[in-house]
Amino acid sequence: MIKKHILSAVVAMGFAVPGAFAAGGGGHVENFDFSFEGPFGSYDANQLQRGLQIYTEICAACHGMKFVPIRTLSDDGGPQMSEDQVRAYAEQYEVFDTELDDFRPATPVDHFPESALENAPDLSLMAKKRAGFHGPYGLGINQFFKGMGGPEYIASLMVGYVDPPECAPEDFPGYYNVTFSAGGVPDECLDDHGHSTVDGTWINMAPPLYGDDVEFADGHDADLHHVAEDVSAFLMWTAEPKLMARKQAGFAGVLFLTLLSVLLYLTNKRLWAKVKRKE
Amino acid sequence: MGGIPHDHYEAKSNSEKWLQRRLPIVGLMYDTLMIPTPKNLNWMWIWGIVLTFCLVLQIATGIVLAMHYTPHVDQAFASVEHIMRNVNGGYMLRYMHANGASLFFIAVYAHIFRGLYYGSYKSPREITWIIGILIYVLMMGTAFMGYVLPWGQMSFWGATVITGLFGAIPFIGEPIQTLLLGGPAVDNATLNRFFSLHYLLPFVIAALVALHIWAFHTTGNNNPTGVEVRRTSKEDAAKDTLPFWPYFVIKDLFALAVILAVFFAVVGFMPNYLGHPDNYIEANPLSTPAHIVPEWYFLPFYAILRAFTAEVWVVQIASFLTAGIIDAKFFGVLAMFGSIAVMAIVPWVDTSSVRSGRYRPMFKWWFALLVVDFFALMWLGAMPAEEPYASFSLIASAYWFGYFLVILPLLGVIEKPLPQPETIEADFDAHYARKSGDTKTLVNPAE
Repeated sequence: MIKKHILSAVVAMGFAVPGAFAAGGGGHVENFDFSFEGPFGSYDANQLQRGLQIYTEICAACHGMKFVPIRTLSDDGGPQMSEDQVRAYAEQYEVFDTELDDFRPATPVDHFPESALENAPDLSLMAKKRAGFHGPYGLGINQFFKGMGGPEYIASLMVGYVDPPECAPEDFPGYYNVTFSAGGVPDECLDDHGHSTVDGTWINMAPPLYGDDVEFADGHDADLHHVAEDVSAFLMWTAEPKLMARKQAGFAGVLFLTLLSVLLYLTNKRLWAKVKRKE
Repeated sequence: MGGIPHDHYEAKSNSEKWLQRRLPIVGLMYDTLMIPTPKNLNWMWIWGIVLTFCLVLQIATGIVLAMHYTPHVDQAFASVEHIMRNVNGGYMLRYMHANGASLFFIAVYAHIFRGLYYGSYKSPREITWIIGILIYVLMMGTAFMGYVLPWGQMSFWGATVITGLFGAIPFIGEPIQTLLLGGPAVDNATLNRFFSLHYLLPFVIAALVALHIWAFHTTGNNNPTGVEVRRTSKEDAAKDTLPFWPYFVIKDLFALAVILAVFFAVVGFMPNYLGHPDNYIEANPLSTPAHIVPEWYFLPFYAILRAFTAEVWVVQIASFLTAGIIDAKFFGVLAMFGSIAVMAIVPWVDTSSVRSGRYRPMFKWWFALLVVDFFALMWLGAMPAEEPYASFSLIASAYWFGYFLVILPLLGVIEKPLPQPETIEADFDAHYARKSGDTKTLVNPAE
């Protein structure tokens, strides 16, 4: 992959950046290799379908995706389910129909339901709103060369639940996550200047994935690392459903403009040759 | 239109004459397109075309986006997602519009710094320069209001912070702020008036662009030597210039195509790289983001705004002298607007009689430092407001003002400029030596 070549070139030049780094708030984000990274990367429809299954069976219990129309599950560049599959999938959700003034089963034109719990954020755009670690030093180098962004954050968060550090009191509420940076830490884990001495923060959400939480029809691995990656890829698709069409448009644009540049360069050279007395 | 002597449009056919007597529009277009242009212009003179293209791109994409956007606090965010997901090609329109703003500012900064280096602001081009600064200020206002429209967290809190600056003005600040917001806080009224103005201002910019072009077509372009085109006769002028079409149109289009290839790579492969991810969180007046950061093109001025805290002695003196009317917040606001104002007055603070930085041996280094200073301020604007960034910001801000208010006036007095070429033709020929045998190569004694 192009991206890897660029990365190895950068490493060779001695500008190597560590594989994992501290995010703005001290969270720890690991680099994952997703199929959709780089200019030529694309979504893996099977992975998106696995991610949808994890979302449906686990995440959807609390979270919603109000911006995502269910019909897009059959779109090109997405999970590419058949229309029958999408219709069947939609029926498991109940939506309130203002015309009927009653609930009815959802159809593909409806959106995914909103979050069931008030403090569970909507996941439609999670992979784009958590791309916010333009490191190092705010220069965005990790994002540029390693394609690190929101999906990395989500996957790291999923695998980031570990035992609380020793400084924390036994009965401190919530869960400790090395990736999460928006929560707090117990006062016992602060130094004299009020800075945290540990990676990450406490988080209200209980660990959602442990590994083998779902059973895939195709028998794909369901260990924690794999399900974390699959659900992150799926959430990248929900946040950026037109990613593949966009890259194709970008590719066509770059190709066309490069060609146009060459032609204009030659035209310009010939035009000026007389003036510059070069012929 | 005054300007450099050259052949003007002459109506030939009867129908052309008929139109020319009633509305000389073809003549105007001909004279504009065939304007004599110094033939030694380098690649820093391509940004005007890029900027014109950006304005057209932003207006064209913006008009279509406005067809699908809903300026209401409850629906704005969802309508942008609707554009991204359901509108045909909507994701490209929006990403081109958002990144188009960045390209616009890259081009305008290159254009401004080119003018600062080659002395394009100096007499007789002060009006061109002032109109240019006005365009730049309007661009900032337009970009700021456009950024509020998606109604994300950064939209909302950016609007809160920036309109709050006006509130820092003594006595009249609060009424101004209320007028801007349409109420006591950023709300639906704010969103509506920002949408209205965001649609209006680009057309004001377009009108100013026409004046900008009119002004420099009257004075003639500056050029890398800063030496004026000879106007003694049409023949002399023709030795220094070439018509804009086709020579500079093709050259500029080539540059534009290269720049757009990079632009499409950004739009296609990393469209959110320059944006702030928090703007994908819907605006929530009850939750303040940890770091409120403006878009990259505002960062240098944001750094200047934040640099002047209550601990800085200049601020303390100002506060003491004005009995507290100028507090740290107001001082910061004054500094931010002042940092643009000093650019506007540069035609009158630069005392050097030499126009181009190419022949100013000391100026060159101070100018290079100004460019470094600009990027340093940009980086500092994105850093949290704590040490050591606060001290660096103060030093960098001081240099920005020092360059315009102290260094430029002094340099004109103490600097000994290098010899300048007699004519543009001489400069051009020095770069592109004529073939031997040419009758005009008399300067070469061997011939």
